[in-house]
Amino acid sequence: MTTELSDRAPALASPLDWTAPVISRRRRISGVVRDNPLGVIGLAIVVVLVLVAISAPFIAPYAPDQLQAGPKLANPSMSHPFGTDDLGRDMFSRVLYGARISLMVGLLAVLFGTLAGTALGIIAGYVGGVIDAFISRLVDMAISFPALLLLLILRQVMGASVKTLVVAIGIAIIPGVARVVRGEVVSQRNNQYVEAAIVLGASTPRILLFHIAPNVMALAIIVMTSLLGTAVLAEASLSFLGLGIPSAVTWGGDVNRARNGFPVHVPWAFFPGAAIALTVLGFSLFGDALRDILDPRLRSRRKN
Amino acid sequence: MQQYITRRILQSVVMLVALSILVFLLLRVAPGADPARIRCGLTCTDERYHALRQEMGLDDSYLTQYGHWTKQLVTGSLGHDWNGGTVQHEMRRRLPVTVELLLITIFTTLAIGVPFGILSAIFRNSPLDFVVRFGAIIGLAVPSFWLATLMLLVPQQMWGYAPPITKTIGFFDSPWNNLRQFVPPAIILGAVAAASVMRLTRSAMLEVMWKDYIRTARAKGLSDRSVILRHALKNSLIPVVTVTGLQIAGELGGAVIIENIFNLQGVGKYFLDALVFKDYQVVQTLTLYVGVVVVVLNLAVDVTYAWLDPRIRYS
Repeated sequence: MTTELSDRAPALASPLDWTAPVISRRRRISGVVRDNPLGVIGLAIVVVLVLVAISAPFIAPYAPDQLQAGPKLANPSMSHPFGTDDLGRDMFSRVLYGARISLMVGLLAVLFGTLAGTALGIIAGYVGGVIDAFISRLVDMAISFPALLLLLILRQVMGASVKTLVVAIGIAIIPGVARVVRGEVVSQRNNQYVEAAIVLGASTPRILLFHIAPNVMALAIIVMTSLLGTAVLAEASLSFLGLGIPSAVTWGGDVNRARNGFPVHVPWAFFPGAAIALTVLGFSLFGDALRDILDPRLRSRRKN
Repeated sequence: MQQYITRRILQSVVMLVALSILVFLLLRVAPGADPARIRCGLTCTDERYHALRQEMGLDDSYLTQYGHWTKQLVTGSLGHDWNGGTVQHEMRRRLPVTVELLLITIFTTLAIGVPFGILSAIFRNSPLDFVVRFGAIIGLAVPSFWLATLMLLVPQQMWGYAPPITKTIGFFDSPWNNLRQFVPPAIILGAVAAASVMRLTRSAMLEVMWKDYIRTARAKGLSDRSVILRHALKNSLIPVVTVTGLQIAGELGGAVIIENIFNLQGVGKYFLDALVFKDYQVVQTLTLYVGVVVVVLNLAVDVTYAWLDPRIRYS
């Protein structure tokens, strides 16, 4: 148990991985649902958000950029549930549309980052030697460096589009994933099934792809879910700083415009920000529950 | 121990050299990274542009440029930034701002995180524990820039109150106004960071509470207070120290956002402005400084760790 703890300590300390396990649960009684009420709430939030993002054009009462959909800086009312901004655009519609960029960038970035990080981790962990040392040092360096600064530099270097933003956030995620996966691979490498494959004459790529990779999958999925919230937050922060995707409807961008807007209008800033918080909350609740279900070692540890 | 520290310092130096090369190259291959064009401004003649390129050494080979930059770093004369001022002067002005912000932030983090973490562990599964844990989950989800924005906007709309944000005030010029300026942003950064410290304190505390020596202490008939404060807390705070140390590095990222919102003229705002104005000379210098801070913090954390926990011996 102690070794497990020390194995995980560095991952917890990384700036990107702040969704460390929390929810210590009571004894598992029956049924995943009953056992993970918070996880179910998280999943529900995520599902609703995905539906909103997909169907935004059908459920939004106005186009997100339609000027003078109502009076300027209106308070929340029946016709404008979230009020309006300084140009009279309907904030409810803008928040609905904002889910699109947020979720798309978040999901794609995490997908890209996890895939690349897993590949790096597998190579480092299995091949070992100089390659491992090189990758591990690089990962150490990237992990301790403030993630937001890294992200800002990458964003500025690579330019502004959905694609580059996805890659930038993905790169910022890679080191955290690579470190966790590498640890898992190192512990898997000496298992008998790997030895058996070697004896049978399997090539290294074959062993990596068909033997090691499937065994690291569960861990990769856990890491991936726990990073979704981080990625969403990263996109929102960049948009807030004016370094997101230009002219896109984003939650972070709207909070920023509300901050600079005059006269001061609180609802304008409140709703887009609340949407970010809700999204991150949904992902982290769901991620924590998934971790509990998929990772038996953590489960036993959490019983104390 | 001494040997360990020597090796770590050597490793750190190698890492910093690698970082400097990486950042240097990254910012050179960036599209549109032409500091001379930006320095020159909109009313730029070809003549002046080329003169500036020459002056800034942009026509030299990468190797020469890199050598020039490292020389600047070592001697401390860091050249001019996009405003025409010297980087050295800016740093001297801005460093105290960021340091003060981070100090108040760390204080807030610990002042909120540790006590609530302990209470949450002691009264496990009580309503208090539930509230604290739920608060931590919310705290990790809420973006700090949103909290900061609301903290500025709500008092303004309701009471017409705004903290002084037009000019950054030094602590020794006017302590009261300085604190009015620094405390709100620091509290926001601190509260958000407190969430993870709270979780960590709680789980470390729970872990320790089951150890034999705690049972022994109880069996001896010591009071709850004594067991918790003198026995359990001491050991459970060891991981908290580590994480707080590493969090300071992460807070540098938070400082970029929060200094921007509260218009504090600190290093974070300097970094962001330099990025926006594409003054990559300044960006790479600041990045390397952050790297140095991170490396030193890591080293300090490891040494403190060994000092706090005598069982840990690096070899």
